Order: sequence, then structure tokens, then C-alpha cells
Amino acid sequence: MDHADNPQTIAPIKSLFGDLTSRSWFWPMFALALIFMVDGVVSPGFFSIRILQGRLYGSLIDVLYRGTPTALVALGMAVVIGTKGIDLSVGAVVAIVGAVMTNLIHRDMSPPLVLALTLGAGMLCGIWNGFLVAILDIQPIIATLILMVAGRGIALLIDEGLIVTFRSDFFSAISTGEFLTVPSRILVAAGTFLALWLVLRRTALGLFIESVGGNSAAADLAGINAKLVKVGAYALSGLCSGVAGVLICADIRGSDSNNAGLFIELDAILAVVIGGGSLAGGRFYLGLTIIGVLVIQGLTTSILVSGLPPQYNMVVKGVVVLIVLLLQSRRLRESIFGAFRRKTS
Amino acid sequence: MRERYLPLLATVTVFVLVYAVGAVSFKYFLSTHVLGDLLTDNAFIIIAAIGETFVILSGGIDLSVGSMIGFVGVVMAHLDTLGWHPLASGALMIAFGVAFGVFQGLIIDFCEIQPFIITLAGLFLLRGSCFMVSLDSVPINHPFVDVFSDWHFDLGGGGRLSSSAVVMLVVLAAGVVIAHFTRFGTNVYAIGGDRASAGLMGVPIRRTTVGIYALAGFYSALGGVIYALYTASGYPLAGLGDELIAIAAVVLGGTLLTGGVGLVFGTLFGGLIQGLITTLVNFQGTLTSWWATIFVGVLLFVFIVAQRTIMSSFMARRAI
Repeated sequence: MDHADNPQTIAPIKSLFGDLTSRSWFWPMFALALIFMVDGVVSPGFFSIRILQGRLYGSLIDVLYRGTPTALVALGMAVVIGTKGIDLSVGAVVAIVGAVMTNLIHRDMSPPLVLALTLGAGMLCGIWNGFLVAILDIQPIIATLILMVAGRGIALLIDEGLIVTFRSDFFSAISTGEFLTVPSRILVAAGTFLALWLVLRRTALGLFIESVGGNSAAADLAGINAKLVKVGAYALSGLCSGVAGVLICADIRGSDSNNAGLFIELDAILAVVIGGGSLAGGRFYLGLTIIGVLVIQGLTTSILVSGLPPQYNMVVKGVVVLIVLLLQSRRLRESIFGAFRRKTS
Repeated sequence: MRERYLPLLATVTVFVLVYAVGAVSFKYFLSTHVLGDLLTDNAFIIIAAIGETFVILSGGIDLSVGSMIGFVGVVMAHLDTLGWHPLASGALMIAFGVAFGVFQGLIIDFCEIQPFIITLAGLFLLRGSCFMVSLDSVPINHPFVDVFSDWHFDLGGGGRLSSSAVVMLVVLAAGVVIAHFTRFGTNVYAIGGDRASAGLMGVPIRRTTVGIYALAGFYSALGGVIYALYTASGYPLAGLGDELIAIAAVVLGGTLLTGGVGLVFGTLFGGLIQGLITTLVNFQGTLTSWWATIFVGVLLFVFIVAQRTIMSSFMARRAI
């Protein structure tokens, strides 16, 4: 599509800059580099990483560590958005998963079994969403809105309205522990990312998803089971939210149904959009989604290290998102570049 | 019976059924007290939902509603400490709401970005601005607040139609007129039905889109003013998640989320049904508040599936 520009309009100056800016990775990477540069200036020790008590420490590690749950949710979200869908229920799924996990731990089950059942619960939530979207043919925003509204109620029902706490060495090791000096949750996220990348990008599955997102009916005619692909995408999103839910819940060693994963759907969607995923479906980028998460988390961390009060966080986030969206708008870019071209010629 | 009134009929039926359940189960449920409280307590959310109805009718969505309610309240409370009259600060905030809506509408139309994501950014901006104005709940102490909350119509039997409810009913009537008796309203339906054909037919897409979001900004800001007067305070977390309640009110009110089909009047009942469920759960006493969210979720599910079925049978008939 980038080469479809009318040859007459391509000015020589534009070629290098234009070539660079039209790459999908340019703007997200540019934003991330800018944020880290500002951080480096504001807080001199920002890039230093040291090992303390057998564990890596530093602001960069902190960005990765805190961004992990959002990254997991955003990966699932990227796949769903690739099918021209959206999953608003991820935050509620995080809450449900936390409540299920806490409940099962209190039944003295073996931790691996708890983990499997908990992730199964997350996946089940995703399959429910997929059923509504693919089989009942309900708009994704609305279909997942149902679970978003009711999900926290369900989680509170499981917890009986309390914040239930637990102690589990197994889950603490997964969430807050470390493995070979690296915080284990970062490894969990990296493993999930790698698995998704292998499954989606080293096979034709990713293309199937994008073709369903591009044109569901055409994909169906081309022999792709569009319904199955959609259900699979939502199930995957549920599973990813499940993993995030396990990490969040194990982090605070309890299930807080009202607050676990609150607003995570917004961060996840923003991460996907910053990473160049189109809400109109048909394309998704796993790697760039992670960059998107790092942009958001980097921004939050920058606000903290710069000494601005944390209440500026949301406004700054909103402004940045708006700017990124405007930059991504083809029509705005064209009209600005167009005006520029008319002046120079 | 015309087809367009079918969803409204379904909504009113559900409302009457839920009310009947309450009336049978609880003494005093069928009193003007309960009715007056129902209208008063849900006035602000219904007002916001009327604006949301226009947006959804046009095939869009506005997620900034809840944050707008919070932001309006916080600024009004702050201006109150500076000695502003609530009516003046309220008018200022309504103007702000309209301006913010124009801003959102312009970006949505000009940059061709999905309303969902732009209003999501709007949600962040406004909620973040709340925290920048104040982190605590600030009371509004102006004597006008007492005047506002005291003023009412007697419904007989001890029930009161409060000023909040009166404002809500007035702007509801205005919304019905705008939707069904003006050219702008017809354009909204046309864009919601098929944006491209509407444009080809000569509907001014940009002007209408900007107008729709400006109207939504007006209604959500007015909802915020009513909420601030009703609670006599501004709280930065006020209205958190209310965009979902407003959208749910629109859906339960029989408006199709695909746009183009629905009635503004239905939104009143969509909002009241949710309020009624909360009231029922409160009357019941042993059920906890999260049951209300589950019931609303189940109702949403039933309504959306029913809409789907009505639509597909309608389409099938049209195809023959």
C-alpha cells in the first residue's frame, strides 16, 4: 500500500523520511526512544541495571516488570483486534480468574492443578465471548460488554464480596520470584510471546486471522473457517487475560474483585493501537504491541521519576494517545503533507 | 403495530414486569415514594444516556460520558470554593461539554478514526483532569444546592417529583423532539442506517457528526451538573464506569447498536429498568449489590440476542 502513492507527488526530500515514516515500526519505536531519552535526561540513573540479592534491579527492569500483566492482556487483544473484534471483558476476566484461583487454593488442590483450572476458566470466558461474536453474530464491543458488566459481579459472587487472601509459594514464585536473576513474570510474558509468535507467525494461523479480520465473508469463501478462527481468537484472549490474572492475583496474594485488572482493557487496546494494529481489523503485530505496552508503561514510569504528581498520569496518557492516533490518521497526514507540498511547489 | 415500536414495547413490558415483581414481593413497593426516588436517583444517568442514544443511533459510541460527569462535578465544586453560583459554573461546564463534543466529533470525522478509540482518549483526558483539579471529595456549600434539592412537585402519597427528575423529563422531551421532528434528527438516523448512502444523498456528514457529539457532550455535562447538585459535591471518581451504564440504558431501551434504529424515549425505560433492579436488590435486603450487576448483565444479554433475532427476521422478510 505504501508504494501505491502517485509517483508525481513523491518529492525527493520526502523519499528517505517518507520511506522511514511509512514503516509500521517507525512511530512506536520513535515514541519509545523519545520517552526513554527524556527519562535518561531527567533521571541520570535511568539506564543503570544492577544485581541486588540475586535479582536484576533498575528502572528499565521496572518498566518491564510492571508492564507484564498489560503486555499479556495486550497480546490476546492484538489477536482479537486482528479479527476485526475487540475484547472489553479482559479486566473482568482478570477479576474472575483471580477469584477462581483463590477459591481453588483454599480447597487445598495441588498448585499446578489450580493453575490449569484457573487458566481454563479464563479460556472459558473467552470462548463465551467468541460464541457471542462468531455464532450469535453480535458486534464485538457489545458482546464483550456483557461480560465486562457482569464479570466483576461474578467474581464478587465467587469471593462472596470479600478480598480473600492466600499464601502459596508456587504462585509467589511465578509472580514475584526470580529465575537466574530475571524476575520470573518477565520470563512468563516472554514465553507467552514466543509461543504466540511461533504459533501465529511461523504457521498460516496468523494469516488466517488477518484474512478473517480483513474480510470475514471472503475468508470463509476461501475455505477458512471464519467462525472457528474468531472463537479461537477470543479464547486466546481469555487465556492471556487468565495468565495476567494469575500474575496480578499472586502479586498481591489475594483476589480483589473490585480492583484487579481495572482499566487494563484500555491500556491493552491503546498498546495495540500504538503498536500499529488497526481497529478496522486485518492486521496485528505481536512485537509492536509489546513496544506499545512499553510506551505506556514507560510513560507511567517517566511521570514517577520526573517527580510530577501521579495524578498527571492519565492526562499525559490521554494526550500521548491522541497524538499517536492523529499521527496514524492517513487522512490528516495526507492533508498536512498535501498543504506542505502545495506551498513548496 | 409498526415495527420500530416493537423494541420499545419489549422494554416497557420488561419494566412493567420487573415493577410487578417488586409490587407483589414487597409492601410499599408500589408507592409514589419509590417511583419518585427511582426518577430522582437515576436522573443524571438517564440524561447522559439520552446523549449517548444519539451517538449510538448514528452508529458511533461515546465512552467519555462517565469521566465527563466526574469532571463537571469536580470543577463545579472547585468554582464553588471561589464563590461561583452553581448555575453559572453549571452553564460554563455545559458549554465546556459542548466544546469537548465538537472537538471529539471533528477528530472522528476529519481524521476518520473510530469513535470508540477517540472517546476512549477523551475518557482518559477528562478523568485525568479530575485528578488534577482535586484528589478529594469537595462539598458544594452554596445555598442554591438546598433550594434545588428542596424544590419538587408532590406526586401524592408522599412521593416527590424532584427538580432533578423534572430537568431529566424536560431534556428527554427535547431529545425526542430533536430526534423525530428536526432535519438534524433525520440526518442522524440516515447516517446510522448507512453512512455512505447518506453522504451520497446529500446529508451533511461532517456537520451532523460534529452536532451529534456536541449534543452528547451537552447531555453528559448536564448529567454531571445534575449529579453534582444531587450529591452536593464534586468527587474525582464520580461517574466511574457510568459510560457502560449509559450504553446499557440505550441498549435496554431498544436502540440497535448497529445504528439507525431506536427511539430516544426508550432510553428513559432502559435507565429506569437498571434503577429498578438496584431498588429491588435493595428492598430484598439479603442479596448483595453485585447481584444487581449480574442481573443487568443477564438482561443485556437477553436484549441483545432478542435484537439480533428481530433484525435477522426483518432482514429475511425484506430479502423476499
